[in-house]
Amino acid sequence: MKTSLFKIPFLHRLVGLLGAAILVPGAAHAALKVFACEPEWGSLAKEIGGPQVSVYTATTAMQDPHRIEARPSLIARARNADLLVCTGAELEIGWLPVILAESGNAAIQTGQPGQFMAAQYVPLLDKPAVLDRSAGDVHAAGNPHIQTDPHNIARVGAALARRMAELDPAQAARYQARWKDFSTRWQAAITRWEQQAAPLRGMPVVVQHKGFPYLESWLGLRQVAVLEPKPGVDPSVGHLARVAAQLQATPARAVLRAAYQSPRPADWLAQRSGIPALALPFTVGGNARAGDLFGLFDDTIDQLLKAAP
Amino acid sequence: MLRPALLAAALTAAFPVHADPQLDALRAELQELKTAYEARIQALEARLQKTEAQTAKAPVKAEPAPVRSSFNPDISLILQGKYAHLEDRADRGITGFLPSGAEGPSRGFSVDESELVLSASIDPWFRGYLNAVLADGEVGVEEAWFQTTSLGHGLSVKGGRFRSGIGYQNEQHPHAWDFATNSQVYDALFGEGYGQDGLQMKWLAPTDIFLEFGAEAGRGGAFPSTERDSNGFPSLALFGHVGDDVGTSHSWRAGLSYLHTRPQERAFEGRDLGDVDVAGGFSGKSRTWLADFVWKWAPNGNATQQNFKFAAEYFQRRESGALSCDDAGVDASLCTGGITGPYSADQSGFYAQGVYQFIPHWRAGYRYEQLFRGDVVFNGVDAGATLASLADYDPRRHSLMLDYSPSEFSRLRLQYSRDEAQQDIDESQFYVQYIHSLGSHGAHKF
Repeated sequence: MKTSLFKIPFLHRLVGLLGAAILVPGAAHAALKVFACEPEWGSLAKEIGGPQVSVYTATTAMQDPHRIEARPSLIARARNADLLVCTGAELEIGWLPVILAESGNAAIQTGQPGQFMAAQYVPLLDKPAVLDRSAGDVHAAGNPHIQTDPHNIARVGAALARRMAELDPAQAARYQARWKDFSTRWQAAITRWEQQAAPLRGMPVVVQHKGFPYLESWLGLRQVAVLEPKPGVDPSVGHLARVAAQLQATPARAVLRAAYQSPRPADWLAQRSGIPALALPFTVGGNARAGDLFGLFDDTIDQLLKAAP
Repeated sequence: MLRPALLAAALTAAFPVHADPQLDALRAELQELKTAYEARIQALEARLQKTEAQTAKAPVKAEPAPVRSSFNPDISLILQGKYAHLEDRADRGITGFLPSGAEGPSRGFSVDESELVLSASIDPWFRGYLNAVLADGEVGVEEAWFQTTSLGHGLSVKGGRFRSGIGYQNEQHPHAWDFATNSQVYDALFGEGYGQDGLQMKWLAPTDIFLEFGAEAGRGGAFPSTERDSNGFPSLALFGHVGDDVGTSHSWRAGLSYLHTRPQERAFEGRDLGDVDVAGGFSGKSRTWLADFVWKWAPNGNATQQNFKFAAEYFQRRESGALSCDDAGVDASLCTGGITGPYSADQSGFYAQGVYQFIPHWRAGYRYEQLFRGDVVFNGVDAGATLASLADYDPRRHSLMLDYSPSEFSRLRLQYSRDEAQQDIDESQFYVQYIHSLGSHGAHKF
């Protein structure tokens, strides 16, 4: 009797320990494991979580977030995540569903608190009036490239800090404190960027892909042409020539593209019409200066200012 | 601000005369206009900035963007067809192998099966998937399954009819193939692919490297198994996958799978040494091992411009049991009167393929397929001594393809194959194929 009473709790403890060792390795080091679909959300989660979280970023600034392979490594990382932070608004529709289905992770499935979609906390622009594939790769919910407006980063950050606190209540106070600190620095930076960017208001620009509506609306840039004839459709030489002709009537100051996009269309137009082609970082890691969220906007504004009148 | 300045500049350019009282007056007037204009613009800008600052501070009530457009299931429809230029041949069986029953391509223009796919979350605990193929006068259920989404711990259970997780290509439907025709390896092993009616359990290890194990138990209704009227699960499959990235540009997956089935009176048709049609059946055990490897490359992991994919699978199949053989028609054959004898086969084969996207939208690929007939013994002697269709011959095929995809939803393909699947045949085949998908954006596996 005595031995069995002793044995059962011991066994329980052993099984529990083994289970913990197998199922959550490294649980002692990082409380919250974050799987970020894009670098901007990975950076934001690091700012809020600090040493309390470990962040895995699924894609880099050199990759097209629309077209990512559902690689085995992504499935393995999603398997162990406590929190999935993605853009949503169908940006990841070509690969995230496979990752979710194959991950065997109940916590990050749709509708669970472990799934955080940034686009839900931001008013979306460019909602298509007509949903038809003949219009190219349109997103029904609106344009998903929300990270190019720092106000959106702030909106998403506030919601993300709340979500992280909800998932990891033991560290809630630390998340809130870190968020408050970040938010203060961020608001100051926004004020600085907006002052610097005053000459950009009304500046006419051409974009390669409709990836900058939030940046344009924030800084008051005027988009006069798009190089892609339809979203996701590569521009033909004929189409580029038409854009070049159009620019003679309505001149632009610069042609913008994201770092991951092919430089050829933008460079071709730049050469043809004598305006600079700017490779904006688009997200964290898009170039050497854009090492974090602050660097991302520092570099974006500086590049644009060089093209300003 | 811009316009008065431009106007002034234009006027200065238009009247490069030195002094003119009238012009001076005009200039002064313009200057006045410009100053007033600028002041007004500045006031407006200040107001705008103030409003913007207020809106930024005010908590934004963002309407939640719908993650899924509605409760309706995701629906997609695949349209595919091809034009094939082939020689006129009586049958397209693979010499040295018992036929899987796969139908070869038709000559001329043919509309391939259209695939209708429906999928959605069932509730917070399950998701469901249906893949039905539509062809003339028939609807086939390729897959119809539910899968758990809420077990956690890397576990998921799938039940219903599904493509077995063995091998690499097996789970892919024809529209996802990189070539217009099925690989000879799969033709010999399973037909289009091996489907299970049963249950599948998968477990993903909690490691940073991808490590997945799966087990399946099924009714085994299709080749190399057969329908049988019995309880239990005559078709058992086990598989394991491992995969990872190397840097940001390379990723890979390797797998090892095993399929065990017990076919009963699995029908076959063939020819004897005198080229007379014979028919019969096989009963016994069929065990298949499959090793697969996939490697993908894209510069910086960005597959939009250029990418490369290599895939290879190797199999070994051992079958042992009894084979019966009899005349298929009125002509007398070596099997006349009916023979039933012990049968054993130890066979193997592989395919290896590379597909390279050299510029956006354009891909070129090459596939080599080679089967090894190995030892096939019927009634104590080499099966080739009785049946020409099981002659000692190693079939192979080369294929070259070029495809163009205007978007993710459409693809046009050209293919040339040199087919040596049958002894004494060396056929050049040409294919033109289209694959179009309508509806929701189907995410493809690695």
